[in-house]
Amino acid sequence: MRARTRNYSQALSLILRNPLTVFGLAIIIILLLLALFAPYVAPYPEQGRGLSNLQERLRPPSLKHPMGTDNLGRDLLSRIIYGARVSLKAAIIVVLIVIGFGAPLGLIAGYFGGKTDELIMRFADMILAFPSLLLAIAIVASTGPSLLNALIAISVPWWPWYTRLVRGQVISLKEMQFVESARAVGASRLRIMFRHILPNCLSPIFVQGTLDMGYIILCLASLGFLGLGTQPPTADWGVMVNDGRAFLLTQWWISTFPGAAIFVTVLAFNLVGDGLREALDPKIRWRFQRA
Amino acid sequence: MLRYVLKRLIWLLVVLFGLCAVTFTLSRVVPGDPAAAYLGPRARPEQVELVRKQLGLDRPLYVQFAYYLRDLCRGNLGESLRTHRPVLQGILEHLPASLELMFVAITIALFVGVPLGVFSAKKENKLVDHFIRLFSVANVSVPSFWLGMIFQIIFFRWLGILPIGGRIDTVTALLHPIEKITGFNIIDAALTGNWEAFWSVSSHLVLPAITLGAYSTGLIARMTRSTMLEVLREDYITTARSLGLSEFEIHFVHALRNAIGPTLTAAGLCFASMLTGTFFIELIFFWPGLGSYTINAIFLNDYPVIMGVTILMALFYVVVNLLVDLLLAIADPRIRIQ
Repeated sequence: MRARTRNYSQALSLILRNPLTVFGLAIIIILLLLALFAPYVAPYPEQGRGLSNLQERLRPPSLKHPMGTDNLGRDLLSRIIYGARVSLKAAIIVVLIVIGFGAPLGLIAGYFGGKTDELIMRFADMILAFPSLLLAIAIVASTGPSLLNALIAISVPWWPWYTRLVRGQVISLKEMQFVESARAVGASRLRIMFRHILPNCLSPIFVQGTLDMGYIILCLASLGFLGLGTQPPTADWGVMVNDGRAFLLTQWWISTFPGAAIFVTVLAFNLVGDGLREALDPKIRWRFQRA
Repeated sequence: MLRYVLKRLIWLLVVLFGLCAVTFTLSRVVPGDPAAAYLGPRARPEQVELVRKQLGLDRPLYVQFAYYLRDLCRGNLGESLRTHRPVLQGILEHLPASLELMFVAITIALFVGVPLGVFSAKKENKLVDHFIRLFSVANVSVPSFWLGMIFQIIFFRWLGILPIGGRIDTVTALLHPIEKITGFNIIDAALTGNWEAFWSVSSHLVLPAITLGAYSTGLIARMTRSTMLEVLREDYITTARSLGLSEFEIHFVHALRNAIGPTLTAAGLCFASMLTGTFFIELIFFWPGLGSYTINAIFLNDYPVIMGVTILMALFYVVVNLLVDLLLAIADPRIRIQ
C-alpha cells in the first residue's frame, strides 16, 4: 500500500510540474464551482434558467451584461453558467452509464475467458468499428431529440472502450496471488470478481473517465448544436451557439461566448488528460478518438 | 498476407451485417408508422393499410430484415419521404462536393501538421515545442462549428477578404459556368482553363477546408511529434549525425521516413471521420454536399435518407479503416503475423 501511495504522490508532483496541466486543472475547478453554485454566482439566475426579458434583446456586452444578451434578452453570462451545469452533469452521467455497462462486461470477459470472452470482445470490436458521432446522430434522429436520448446515443458507441480497458486489467489481475488465495479459501466467483478484482481496476477506469469528459462534452455540444440534444429553454452551450447563428454578422457575441465556453472546457479536460497520461505512463500515446 | 486479407474481409462482412441490423432496428423504432409517414398527413386509413402491404410492413420482423438486406445488396436504400426520389441518387449527387472539401482539408492538415510535429520534436521541451503542443491540443478541442463561425466573423465581416459560404460566387457561376467532368469544381475549372471560376472556387474552399481540417491538423501534429521523439533516440540517427548529415536531412529525410507510419494511419482515420464533420461545416458554410443533404433530412424527419446516409458513411469509414490497415500490413510484416 505504501508503494502505491508513493506512486500516486510522484504522479501528482509530475502532473503539477507541467504548467499547461495546472492551467487545465484550474479551469476545471472553476467550472465545477460555477456549476455547483450557479444560482448564487449567476447575475440573473431566472434568465439562466430560461426566463426571457424582451425589453433587453440583443444588447452588446456591457457592465450590466458582461457578455451581452441573446435574442430573448437573456443575460448570456448567466446562461453560460447554467449551461456549465447542464454540460458537466450530462457528461458525468454519460461516463457513469458507459462505466456501468462496459466495466461489468469487461470483468466477465476477462475473468471467464474462452468463448464468453470471444463473444463479448467481438461484439465490442464491432461497435468500435462504427463512426461514433454518426451513430449517435442516427440514434437521436430516429428516437426523437431530447437530452435523455442524446445521453444514451453517446453512450452506445462509447462503452466498448471500458470493456477493453477492464478486460485487460482483469486478465493481469486474476493471476495475482491475492485472487489465488481468495479462491483457495472458497470465495465464490461473483465475490472474487466484484470484491477482489473490480476494486483494483477502479483507478484506471477513473483516469479514463476523466480523459473522456472533454470529448463527451464536445459530442453533447455538437448534438445540441444540431438541435438533437438539450431542448429549450434549458441552457445548453451547443444550442446557444446555434441560436446565435442567425445574428452572427450583426450580434457576434451570442454565438461567440457559448462556443468559447465549450472550447475552453474541452481544452481544459484534454490538457489535464495529457498531463495524467504523461505522468502515469509515458508510453501511452494519444488514443485516436473516433469522431 | 492472403490469409490476413481474407480474415479482415470476413470481419468486414460481420461488421457490415451488424451495421445493417442497427440501422434496421433504428428505422423500426422511428416514432409513428413508416407507412403513414410515407403517405403524409392527409392519408386515409385504407391507403395506409395498402402501403403497409406494399412496403412489406405486415410481415414478421425477420422477413422484413431479409428483404431489407436484399434491397441493400442491390444498392436500393429506399426513397426519400419528402421528394420520393431514391436515396442513393441523392447521396451520389451530393457526394462530390463533400469529397472535394475533405480532400483539400486532409491535404492542408498533412502539410501543416507533419512539419509542426517534426519541428516540435526537434525542439523538445523548448518554448516553441510548448506552443506547438498547445496549438495541437487547441485544434483537437475546438468545436468545428464554432471555429467556422469565428472565421466568418473575422475573414468575411471584419476583413472582407473571403466569402462567407457556398461553393462559388453566383455571378461567376453565371458568367463562367464550370463544365462538369469530375464533379470536383476546382479540378474541373482548372482542366477547362476556366481561371475566373477557379479563383472563386478556391477562395470559397479556404475557410471550410481549414475548419474541417482543424481536428486532423492537431491530431497529425501530435502523432508526428510523439513518433519522431521515439525515432530520434534510435542509434541510426546518431550514426547519421556522426556522418555529418545536416539536421534538416536527419529530421525530414531519415527520421520522418520511419516516423510517418502512425501519422498516415491517423490521417486515414481522420479522413474517414471527416464525413461526419461535414454535417457541421456544410451547415455553417452553406456547402451543398452530403452533410447539408443529411442535416436537411434530420430537420425534416426524413428517416430513409438519414438511415441511407448512415449506412453509406459507416461503410466508407469501415472500408477506409480496412485499407489503412492493409497498407500498414504491406509496409510492416510484423502486423500480419500477429
